[in-house]
Amino acid sequence: MTTRSLLPARRPVPGVFVALAITWAIGWLVVLVDGGHLVNQSTTVSLLHVAAGLGFVAVGQTLVILGGSLDLSVAYVVSLSTLVAAETMAGRDSALLPAIGLTLLVSAGIGLLNGLLVTAGRINAFIATLGVGLLLKGYLDNGYAGPAGTTSPALVQTLGYQRVGPVPLAFLLLLLVAGACWFALARTRFGHHLLAVGGDEEVARLSGVRTHRVRVTAHVLCSLCAGIAGVYLASRLGSGAPRVGSEGLYDLESIAAVVIGGTALAGGRGGVVGTIGGVLLLAAIDAVFNQLAVDAFAKQVVRGVIIIAAVAVYARGTLRKVAG
Amino acid sequence: MSTQTLRRQLRPAQWARPGGLAPILAILVVLLVLITARQPDFLSPPSLMSFLGRSAPIILLAAGQYFVIVCGEFDLSVGALVTAQVVVAARLIDSDPTRTWPVVLVLLVGGALVGLVNGLVTTRLGVPSFVTTLGMFLVLVGAVYLWSDGAPKGGLTEEFRQYGRRAVEDVPLLGRIPYAVVILVLVATVAVLLTRADFGRILIAVGDNPRTARLSGVRVWRTRTAAFVLSGLAAAIAAILIGGYSGVSFQAGAGLEFGAITAVVLGGVALGGGRGSVVGAMLGATTLELLFALMNFYGISGALRPAVQGVIILVAVAVAARRSTSR
Repeated sequence: MTTRSLLPARRPVPGVFVALAITWAIGWLVVLVDGGHLVNQSTTVSLLHVAAGLGFVAVGQTLVILGGSLDLSVAYVVSLSTLVAAETMAGRDSALLPAIGLTLLVSAGIGLLNGLLVTAGRINAFIATLGVGLLLKGYLDNGYAGPAGTTSPALVQTLGYQRVGPVPLAFLLLLLVAGACWFALARTRFGHHLLAVGGDEEVARLSGVRTHRVRVTAHVLCSLCAGIAGVYLASRLGSGAPRVGSEGLYDLESIAAVVIGGTALAGGRGGVVGTIGGVLLLAAIDAVFNQLAVDAFAKQVVRGVIIIAAVAVYARGTLRKVAG
Repeated sequence: MSTQTLRRQLRPAQWARPGGLAPILAILVVLLVLITARQPDFLSPPSLMSFLGRSAPIILLAAGQYFVIVCGEFDLSVGALVTAQVVVAARLIDSDPTRTWPVVLVLLVGGALVGLVNGLVTTRLGVPSFVTTLGMFLVLVGAVYLWSDGAPKGGLTEEFRQYGRRAVEDVPLLGRIPYAVVILVLVATVAVLLTRADFGRILIAVGDNPRTARLSGVRVWRTRTAAFVLSGLAAAIAAILIGGYSGVSFQAGAGLEFGAITAVVLGGVALGGGRGSVVGAMLGATTLELLFALMNFYGISGALRPAVQGVIILVAVAVAARRSTSR
């Protein structure tokens, strides 16, 4: 082992930021030729709002994927969280904090269930979280036909619409959450253990890492992040929305943002910084297409191609390393 | 207890091993008993045949998904592929009976092509199949909406739809046999023959340990790509049946990818590859459909279906995991 590998892992700036810059430049040019402006107050604000919603979910997803797991239930956790928050608040500012507390508690509980099914139940994460997601979907479909509850006005005014210059408060909160996750991954024992478990669970276990505990924690944190996304969406929409998560494709889009950000789907490699880049890239594509007033469906085609292309570029790098 | 019986108990038969057919058969029998308790004539040939006809598409998709999963990959694009195929078929046929057969051919070639792209991107570019097929899912859904401006156009002819909803009438003993069941039996036979042939064994070897397979002279990428092509072909056939049975809609294939993967796992096939049989996968799909039929008969609201499905999957897979670890 060289001394280099003993140093804290320092990675160059993830390629996703280069892709983001190029996308942004091309988008800006195309929009300009089209006679519009990509860089103005209103598009920036709406871009950052889109990024905030997906960002919370994607940051949480990064943690479970780093640990070699996966969470397909996040979309339904988001929907459920908007409902728990809005129904508990029922339009009262006084119920704000208890409602947020209850929402986070419920989502943490779902994360705990996911984590236990994956570790103690030895169920493949794909199937376990899909099953839990279906359970939640059944509950939501059965209990709610449309929006329910009312978000407290104070929350709508702050988290929903408050801005610092062009930057929404929600995006700052996202940076805070992402920063906390970055710190946890880079500087704490939990972070190092999580990467070890994602790299090779058996080796981590033999090295004395309590692998189950680490993975369960990652699942709880992931669901908590989805819960925060739910609170944020409730503050934007003014009520709880039983299908906001699944219609927004938060499950698949969050995984896409994570892999675009350079995190290996097999776990053990990557980080939240890249994920934020991936989220911004997806949001930038959104903004460009909105400005061009292009069909929403074309957007989806481009997204699909970009996701595959981005991961193919990363795979080139690792393939060469393995082959060499 | 004599030593002989003891030894027999310690060494379970082929079908009772983890990944074998015993668990799925047990669940199947329990569900059948529960259904006949409520609906005694469910097992009569006509109702059984129509049940199998309705379930044929998902069983076909499960068979296709089996090939991909057993060699260690995923195919999340099949649901979107079914939707795309149904919408494309309606627009190309445009209610003109003479175009039926050419379009069926186009669908089969299209399905195989999508599988080929999935396979080549996964194997040659090194993109995890989860991401490849997720991207393909987005591309297909977006493209088909884009192409039809947001609403399905054209129409399917009776010649096209008959495979999904007509039957061979007046068969002795069985009454009527839906064409879908005939197609299902044909495809299932081909699938079983494929898994019994060298191809099937190589597929399992690749899923179990791609490195060993490569060192033993297997061209891993070709095998995996072939698996994706088979999954695409299965989706094309399923699309023809679904289009015939329920007509054109953008929801035609929604959620089928997760249904197929669930069915395959229920049938004892290990995610990650290397273990399981195509018969198990198809039985898993049948079980899933039986479960939905059961919920219908017992008057459980459609909205609760996903919840029940979720619980069953979790319990079944947890039990299977217990069995395989106590080995």
